[in-house]
Amino acid sequence: MSDETRTMTCAEFHALLPDFIGSGKNAANHPHIQSCALCSALLADLETIAEAARHLFPAVEPPDELWEHIDSAIKNEKDAPKKL
Amino acid sequence: MSQSQQPTRPQDANAASFAREGALAPPRAPYTPPTPPDPIEAGALARAQAGDHQAFEQLYVLHKRRIYSLCLRMVGSIAEAEDLTQEVFLQLHRKICTFRGDSAFSTWLHRLAINVVLMQLRKKGLSVISLDEAMEPAPNEGPGRSFGAADPALSGTIDRLALEQAVCDLPAGYRLIFILHDVEGYEHNEIASMLECSIGNSKSQLHKARLKLRDAMRSHPVKEAQP
Repeated sequence: MSDETRTMTCAEFHALLPDFIGSGKNAANHPHIQSCALCSALLADLETIAEAARHLFPAVEPPDELWEHIDSAIKNEKDAPKKL
Repeated sequence: MSQSQQPTRPQDANAASFAREGALAPPRAPYTPPTPPDPIEAGALARAQAGDHQAFEQLYVLHKRRIYSLCLRMVGSIAEAEDLTQEVFLQLHRKICTFRGDSAFSTWLHRLAINVVLMQLRKKGLSVISLDEAMEPAPNEGPGRSFGAADPALSGTIDRLALEQAVCDLPAGYRLIFILHDVEGYEHNEIASMLECSIGNSKSQLHKARLKLRDAMRSHPVKEAQP
């Protein structure tokens, strides 16, 4: 652990968090997390939210009449005179 | 035609590895179809490209659920989602002959749908072209309570409906990136390309969106976990 990470403030750690996303690093292993309960709780919450996100907004069927609207719009387009 | 033939969301294919690595680690591989091309879809696609209207309807049946759900997630309004789904399939009808099979048809259609939704959002005034400025919230809109807050953390279980409502209440730019990344499973480089913003901006907006959701969920009365 470097002196820099050992003395990192919460604000400095927070500034790093967006870069952890998609970086391949596991933020839970960061030295600051080992010694800071607040940031550890924050990280746990963000992970909970990210994990919960995958179950949000389950797929739903559109109304049956939607195809009729689409079908009708396609036919109208076909019948419409083409712009020169 | 079974709905189970429809491709899953990109995030679903790699859920196990995502859980292992932690939610803030790279969650998923690039968007690839989890199953080989569906022969029924391939046949319908070829016939639809040749002008067979019944085959086009078959494609609609195969993909309507996924496309409608995507539109609904992105705009949060049933009426708008119906209009957008109609526009997606109209665009598909116009452009279906341009599909050359460089990617899975489902991937191509999904991307087409996102472009249609983004066009609509631009018309409504969300400047997704200059995200770096336009999506940056005013100082009093930014995440506040999360930073250095000492209130109790979330319990580890979340009321799904409350979280969905909190997502719907996010500013449009935050919501868009949260939906694309955390719900739809796109990577930051793909989102940056779609929204014409920097990867860093996509990461930053997602982080702020999650912070705002955390604040919203901590303000929400604790309820029994959803089954």
